[in-house]
Amino acid sequence: MALLEVKNLSISFGGLRAVDAFEIQIEKGQLYGLIGPNGAGKTTVFNLLTGVYRPNEGIIRLDGTDITGKSPIEINHAGIARTFQNIRLFKELSVLDNVKAGLHNHYRYSTLEGIFRLPKFRRMEREMDARAMEILKVFDLGEEAETKAANLPYGKQRKLEIARAMATEPKLLLLDEPAAGMNPNETGELMETIRFVRDHFDMTILLIEHDMKLVSGICEELTVLNFGHVLAQGETSAVLNNPEVISAYLGDE
Amino acid sequence: MWKKWMALKKTTRSSAVTYAIVIAAYLVIQLLSSLGLLSSLFTGLLVPLCTYVILAVSLNLVVGFLGELSLGHAGFMCVGAFASAFFSRCMEDAIPVSGLRFLIALLIGAAVAGLFGILIGIPVLRLKGDYLAIVTLAFGEIIKNVINVLFIGRDSNGFHFSTKDAVSLNMEPDGEVLINGPQGITGTPKDATFTIGVILILISLFLIINLINSRSGRAIMAIRDNRIAAESIGINITKYKLMAFAISAALAGVAGVLYAHNLSTLTATPKNFGYNMSIMILVFVVLGGIGSIRGSIIAAVVLTLLPEMLRGLSDYRMLIYAIVLILMMLFNWAPKAIEWRERHLSKFRFFGRRKDEPAGKGA
Repeated sequence: MALLEVKNLSISFGGLRAVDAFEIQIEKGQLYGLIGPNGAGKTTVFNLLTGVYRPNEGIIRLDGTDITGKSPIEINHAGIARTFQNIRLFKELSVLDNVKAGLHNHYRYSTLEGIFRLPKFRRMEREMDARAMEILKVFDLGEEAETKAANLPYGKQRKLEIARAMATEPKLLLLDEPAAGMNPNETGELMETIRFVRDHFDMTILLIEHDMKLVSGICEELTVLNFGHVLAQGETSAVLNNPEVISAYLGDE
Repeated sequence: MWKKWMALKKTTRSSAVTYAIVIAAYLVIQLLSSLGLLSSLFTGLLVPLCTYVILAVSLNLVVGFLGELSLGHAGFMCVGAFASAFFSRCMEDAIPVSGLRFLIALLIGAAVAGLFGILIGIPVLRLKGDYLAIVTLAFGEIIKNVINVLFIGRDSNGFHFSTKDAVSLNMEPDGEVLINGPQGITGTPKDATFTIGVILILISLFLIINLINSRSGRAIMAIRDNRIAAESIGINITKYKLMAFAISAALAGVAGVLYAHNLSTLTATPKNFGYNMSIMILVFVVLGGIGSIRGSIIAAVVLTLLPEMLRGLSDYRMLIYAIVLILMMLFNWAPKAIEWRERHLSKFRFFGRRKDEPAGKGA
C-alpha cells in the first residue's frame, strides 16, 4: 500500500479551479518531485495536504488513514511535516529551541510541572536537549545551537527548517522549493542533505522545485502540474523528455 | 565562585540577577525606612509601585512573549480589585486573621480575573493586531462602566442586587450597602503592605520566568514568531494563546487585589482603571524593552517615581516627563544607541548580551 494516496483532489477559489482532480501515489521511502510552471498550483497542493486549505473534493490517505479535511495540527500528528517556500523559522528563538519546539509533542510535561521545575521537567528537558542536539548534528548545525535563528546564513536557515520538521518525527516530509534563492554550491550541498535525510531516517519525501538540476539529480518520480491539472506523471527521465512537459515549460514553437 | 556563576545557563543567570535586583531594592528601602529617611509621600508610593511592577511584568507576557497587543490590562486589574475587595468587605468579621483573609482575597482576585481572561480570550484571540487591541480596550471600558452602576447590599435576608441605585436594593433597616455604584466599596481592610507587595512581585516573576523557559513558553514564543509554522509542527495555537492571556490576566488581578487593599475607598474611575491606565502599563512594557522582564520592572519604577520626584517643578513636570520618555525610547531602540550599549556594556558580561545571542528569553 502506498504511504500517500491522493484521489481526485480539487479546490476552487471563487471561480478559479486552482487544483483540479489531482492524483498522486507515493511509496514508502520514495523521493518524489512535484514540478510545474509558476502558478500551476504546486503550493496549493501542499496546503491541501497539510490542512491549511480544506479541499472541495477528493480523498487524502496517509498510511491508510483518511486525513482529508483535518486541521494542520491533526495532520502533523498523523505524520506529515513540511517546510515553506519563504522560510518560516522562529526567528527570535535559538537554533536549539527551534528544534525543541519541533519536539513539542514527543516530550510532554504539564505547564505546572514546568513552572515549578518538578523532576519530570528536568528529565524531559534533558532528554529534549540531547535529542535536539542529535538532530542538529545530523544537519551539521551543532555548532550554532545557541545562535539566534534569524542570524543564521540563508543556506543554514533552510537546513534548520528541515531539521525542525524532522524533529516532529513525520512519516512524510514535504519540502516547498528547498533550493529557492540558493547558489549552485548551496544547492549541491542541499541535494546531499535531502538524500541523506531519506537514507538516514528512511524518510519519504515529496518536494516542489524549480531547479531542474536538483529535480533530475535526486527525484525518482515526478508529477508535473499545469494550470491545476496533472500534465504528466512517472519516472523522472521519462517525464522530463515528455514533449507536452517541455512545451509547458518552454512554450510552443 | 565567578567560574561557577558563569557555568550556569545564561537564562538562569539573567533571572537570578532580576530576583537579586528586586530583593536588593527591597532591603535598601526597608533600611532607609527604619532609619526614618523616607518621606511619607514616598512611603505612600511603595504599594502602588509594587502594583505597577506586577502589571508591567504580566502585560509583558502578552505583548512581549505572545506578541499580541492588549489594551485592556486595567480592566483585568479592575475585576481583580473589586472581586477581592468585595470578598474582604463581606468576610471582615467572619475571618478576623488579616493574613488568611488577604490570602483568600488574593486567590479570588486572581481566579476571577483569570476567568475573565479566558472568557474574553476565547472569542478575542481569533483576532489579530489592531482588532485585538480595540476589543480589549473596549472590554476595559465596559468593566469600569458596569461596576459604576452596580449596587450590592446585604441585610438579614441575604444579598440584594440592583443596577439603579442604593434605594432600590429594598433592604431591611439593618442592611448595609457593600458596593455603592460610583461610590464603589468603602471600608476595605488595609491588608496590603510593602513586604506583601514585594513577595507578590517575586511570585509573579517566578511564574512568568519559569513559564517562559519551559515547553509551554517555547510554544508561546513559537506562535509569536510564526503562527503558521507553529501550527505545522503540531503546536495547539488556541491553547497556548489562551494560557498566556489567562495567566497575564490573573496576575493583573493580583495587582488589583494589592491595589484595592491599600485604599479605604475603592472606586472605578477613568484615572485608575480607564484606558489611560492600560496605556500607561503598555508604556512601561515598551520603554522597558518588549520581551525584557527586567526592563519592565525598571521602567515601571522609574516612570512611577519620576512625576512624584519632579513635583517641585510644578508646571514643567510633565514636560520633563515627556522628554525622559523620548530619551528612554531612543536609548532602547535607536540603532546607534544599541551599538553604543553593546560596546560599553559587553565589558560587564554580567549584564551584557552578545549580539548573536537569542533575545526574548530569560529576564
